[in-house]
Amino acid sequence: MEAFRPFTSVAAAMPAPDIDTDQIFPARFLKKTRKQGLGQFLFNDLRYDEDGSERAGFVLNQPRYRQARILVAERNFGCGSSREQAVYTLFDFGIRSVIAPSFGDIFFNNCFKNGLLPIPLAPAVVATLLALIRNMPGIEFRIDLEGQNVSAPDGPRYRFEIDPLRKQSLLQGMDEIDFTLGYSGSIDRFEREQEAGMDWPR
Amino acid sequence: MGHSRPRTLTEKIWDSHKVLERDDGQTLLYIDRHFMGDDLLPDVFDAVRDKGLRFRRPDRTFATQDHYVPTTSRDIGSVDDPERRAMLEAVARNAAAAGITFFGMDDPRQGIVHVVGPEQGLSLPGMTIVCGDSHTATHGALGALALGIGSSEVSHVLATQTLWQVKPKTMRIRVEGRLPHGVSAKDIILSIIGKIGVSGATGHVVEYAGSAVRALSVEARMTLCNMSVEAGARAGLIAPDEATFDYLQGRPYAPKDDAWQNALRSWRDLASDPDAIFDREVTLDATDLAPMVTWGITPADAGPIGGRVPDPAKAANAESQERAAKALAYMGLAPGTPFEAIAVDRVFIGSCTNSRLEDLRAAAAIVDGRQSVVPAIVVPGSGLVKRQAEAEGLDLIFRKAGFEWREPGCSMCIAVNGDYVEPGQRCASTSNRNFVGRQGRGARTHLMSPAMAAAAAVTGRLTDVRKLLGGR
Ligand code: SF4
Repeated sequence: MEAFRPFTSVAAAMPAPDIDTDQIFPARFLKKTRKQGLGQFLFNDLRYDEDGSERAGFVLNQPRYRQARILVAERNFGCGSSREQAVYTLFDFGIRSVIAPSFGDIFFNNCFKNGLLPIPLAPAVVATLLALIRNMPGIEFRIDLEGQNVSAPDGPRYRFEIDPLRKQSLLQGMDEIDFTLGYSGSIDRFEREQEAGMDWPR
Repeated sequence: MGHSRPRTLTEKIWDSHKVLERDDGQTLLYIDRHFMGDDLLPDVFDAVRDKGLRFRRPDRTFATQDHYVPTTSRDIGSVDDPERRAMLEAVARNAAAAGITFFGMDDPRQGIVHVVGPEQGLSLPGMTIVCGDSHTATHGALGALALGIGSSEVSHVLATQTLWQVKPKTMRIRVEGRLPHGVSAKDIILSIIGKIGVSGATGHVVEYAGSAVRALSVEARMTLCNMSVEAGARAGLIAPDEATFDYLQGRPYAPKDDAWQNALRSWRDLASDPDAIFDREVTLDATDLAPMVTWGITPADAGPIGGRVPDPAKAANAESQERAAKALAYMGLAPGTPFEAIAVDRVFIGSCTNSRLEDLRAAAAIVDGRQSVVPAIVVPGSGLVKRQAEAEGLDLIFRKAGFEWREPGCSMCIAVNGDYVEPGQRCASTSNRNFVGRQGRGARTHLMSPAMAAAAAVTGRLTDVRKLLGGR
């Protein structure tokens, strides 16, 4: 996984709550492999008409947002299925951070394993950011994971909280399996004790 | 080991699976059981292999085929979409190569992963269970902590048999009193989600309790736990009791003889202590509940069948108004329409929420002696459910009524196997998600119980099943 560095990018707004994983990545594409480039299916049914032509009104089809690396949405972003393709498709499209008041749990978890930073901010702060985008289309935000803040040019900085292990793993582009294998001795011990203490589960 | 502090059931299972805990609260949790369907990208195996690692405990993983299997045939040759066939073949090949027990399409034990686990006695009280699928919560009905995980986590479990987790918050939902006739576990969970919302339990493990929950069969408890994730929960579980033990005894992978006795002794301690503190408590009166239907595009858009399609203009704030208006536009519904006036185009009885034997019995009881007036399919949750249903003659009841009796799989719940609802068509469905496009592009889904779906099939519209009960 590539290390997560501070960046500045135009922010695209999707001002709706409960954007579920079926909207982010419709289930019928689940059999596509990542090599096929999953970014093309991001928000497929919102982004394209049935005949495959782009819907001009959809935010990511607008020229100034095609390169957006930041997405701002309302509460419960990524709710629904556990499909990690919802994260892959965002990442492969180029999105590196999603800002919302809250996230679907599994989606939130999946983000950190794939170099995508989900930033939960208070609803009022998200509303402010959405208003900024509405009033100044094309506005750029800066995201600094090390310093744990999001800022608009000349605007205030909004601090966000993040679990220390997740922060470390994103900053270092750490491989979680390798990290855990460092604890193999503890896992061996746990397994031995569990299996000695009960003759089930098998 | 003395624990003076009262603990919830979730905490007890959590504590007994802690490999280690870091100062920042991240806990390495040991995973007892890992289930796998056919919807995982083959990448999850490569991520382990490419590092030259071994699969740590393939004996603790069990795989099946569910999402991509055809329901009209058991012949993989009948799958002409090469991508679909590749998915089906990948799980079979990878499971074999990794030494994972596999219930494939030609095995009577094949079925939806969340139906198969409990049915085989693989999901047991006090276990930690994971699966790369959000409806893993289903297994919580047996008193296990069952978490849906992403594919990176699947690779992590394959390589280490553990997961990094932060201790979840806990929420107890009590349902008290007697459930009225014609009202089922599906109606309870739709009522709960309608009440607390699609993010009402986000970050929490929900423990269901109360006399109405105790009175549910284990299969009905699975329906309840299954949709926990639709309220945003990490998991849902129910303390095991005599009903749980009766359900498990004699199942193929359940402990036997002395091991069964030992297991029972430890399982009887698996309940929240009387004064354990939950982060949140919610209580529902079962006697108030009615058969439920959804009218919108999230499972929280639900109401009792006697109600009407809500008027978006009357929603609490601009955001809810806009959301409700969007939902009605997608669903092709006018505000104020009585639910019972809504005609359906087809009916789907199946999915990990409602495809077990009791579900099929409940639907068959309504269908018996009547005719479906719309296309309707029944998709049993597993090969064993199908066999048992056939032994009871349920298949004949459905067939006589004009239903199609299919082979087990996820089918029209997620519409990736070739079974789907046509654009604009309205489907009465026993599945768990009515999201935009879930049952096919442009498909309009109304979620409900199996008995309610059966009632919709024989009347052609959403119908209060209690009117069709008679003495049934
Ligand atoms: S039946 Fe539906 S919800 Fe259940 S595992 Fe299959 S696709 Fe998922």
